[in-house]
Amino acid sequence: MTTQTPKTSAIKVRGLRKSFGKRLVLDGIDLDVPEGTVFALLGPNGAGKTTAIHILTTLLAPDAGEILVGGHDVVRRADAVRRLIGLTGQVSAVDAQFTGEENLRLMADLHHLGRDGGRARVTELLERFDLIDDAGKPAATYSGGMRRRLDLAMTLMGDPRIIFLDEPTTGLDPRSRRVMWDTIRDLAAGGTTILLTTQYLEEADRLANGIAMLDGGRVVAQGTPGELKRLVPGGNVRLEFGDAAGLERAALALGADLASRDDASLALELPNEGGVHALRELFQRLDTAGVEVEALSVRSADLDDVFLSLTGRRDGQEVPTP
Amino acid sequence: MNGTVLSDSLIMLRRSLRRMRRYPSLTFFIAGIPVVLMLLFVYVFGSTLGAGLPGPSAVEGGLDAYIAYVVPGILLITVAGAAQGTAISVAMDMTAGIIARFRTMAIARASVLTGHVLGALIQTMLATLLVLVIAVVIGFRPSTGPVEWLAAAGLLALTAVAISWLSVGLGLHAESVETASNTPMFLLLLPFLSSGFVPAESMAGPLAWFAEHQPFTPIIETLRGLLMGTPIGDSGVIAVAWCVVLSVTGYVWSLRLYERVPATAAQA
Repeated sequence: MTTQTPKTSAIKVRGLRKSFGKRLVLDGIDLDVPEGTVFALLGPNGAGKTTAIHILTTLLAPDAGEILVGGHDVVRRADAVRRLIGLTGQVSAVDAQFTGEENLRLMADLHHLGRDGGRARVTELLERFDLIDDAGKPAATYSGGMRRRLDLAMTLMGDPRIIFLDEPTTGLDPRSRRVMWDTIRDLAAGGTTILLTTQYLEEADRLANGIAMLDGGRVVAQGTPGELKRLVPGGNVRLEFGDAAGLERAALALGADLASRDDASLALELPNEGGVHALRELFQRLDTAGVEVEALSVRSADLDDVFLSLTGRRDGQEVPTP
Repeated sequence: MNGTVLSDSLIMLRRSLRRMRRYPSLTFFIAGIPVVLMLLFVYVFGSTLGAGLPGPSAVEGGLDAYIAYVVPGILLITVAGAAQGTAISVAMDMTAGIIARFRTMAIARASVLTGHVLGALIQTMLATLLVLVIAVVIGFRPSTGPVEWLAAAGLLALTAVAISWLSVGLGLHAESVETASNTPMFLLLLPFLSSGFVPAESMAGPLAWFAEHQPFTPIIETLRGLLMGTPIGDSGVIAVAWCVVLSVTGYVWSLRLYERVPATAAQA
């Protein structure tokens, strides 16, 4: 089964299907995650992100499809897959009755790190995740952010080559979110493959090398953030003017059609990718026509636009974006 | 690098023992119910029930005869009562998400559950010892040698293993911690419907039949025989057979449930 997988694929999924009873949750998913990259599964609640993670981490059996993680089939070689992966899920997987240190010690024991090796690694992880001062307190007393950090530290104990993070920043305060982002970048820099799920377009844009947009159990788009943004018309420039005469002359000079005019707010919205060269040309034409511009704003396409153009609606989430 | 069932189970046992050390009140709580029941049955109903027992011992004095009669049943109540704690801690693991972590690690599949069973076994034996000490204090005088003591301890341990595997299954089966704390209650009732408190043949028709054929009766009869020297007959073999059958059933059932996706994971 390793022959058809190129060495560079950490995760390879073909035709993954899963339903719970009559409810079809994953409807033929294909994914390709190259080794050492950060890959984001992006989609609203109920898109099937968590189910996909559960299948990839051997928690759940697929109904159909070929799923290789680290080159191993998740159904037939589940134990080989488990040796390579780490999972930090949405539900906190720490033992709340035990201290942070005890939780990590348990992981060290299960990875058979030995007495001294285990102790050293526990201390290292406590320091790395800024938990050393609270190492002796029960995890039940930890804040949400601390718990998530302990959770991730436990996942890292066995040095997994492929890490699955299910909505790693949901419910975190901005500071903890930033810490989590830095950690993910550090791990990727160290060669670890990371597959994360998120509802936040911004998060996927910032972290991921590759993105698959999931909607209703299907991948509606897949590619780099740049590639996905190219799927929709580029950005635009918005120019605002002091009076109607200015607007009139600018529209004439730039050859703007009626649709780009916003007479009520004395503004023009023109397609423009926002590069220095394009903007300079724009201003030269305005200078020639002798028009004063009151305000200028440049907006480039973001993943929000991609989602909108692919699904015909804004991201269906109710959660505020970060 | 991959752990064996034994070493992984021992790591999980350490986890159970640590929890036990952190909350020692749980062990005393497990011993509490049987002790209260023992005092109730001995000092409130003891004289009357003792006088009604068959055999020559009843003539000498109802109360002492009843202590001798009821203690094996009380010990079994202790073992059955521990089931609740086991089911609760398994259900707590399930709902806490830590089981999902264990299931995605390359550790022996049965080790998480075996850790719970071994932990429960040690806790049950400690609680049983505590109950036995109090029984001796209030006048329980077993007439037995070291071999019989050992056999009695072995039978109690075997019963504890059987009940623990069943409780692990009940804990896994429960959708919530609340359910897990309720379902094992029937195990506490069963010893009352056995020969533990009154002879089975003294019960009403269908109940007597049930009492004679349910697993607790042969176990209690064997225990009574080992501790007090009453005849055991074929109770010993039947008791051991029941324990083995219940252990294997509980083990197979638990492992199947463990492989099943946790209810919380099926969402979203």
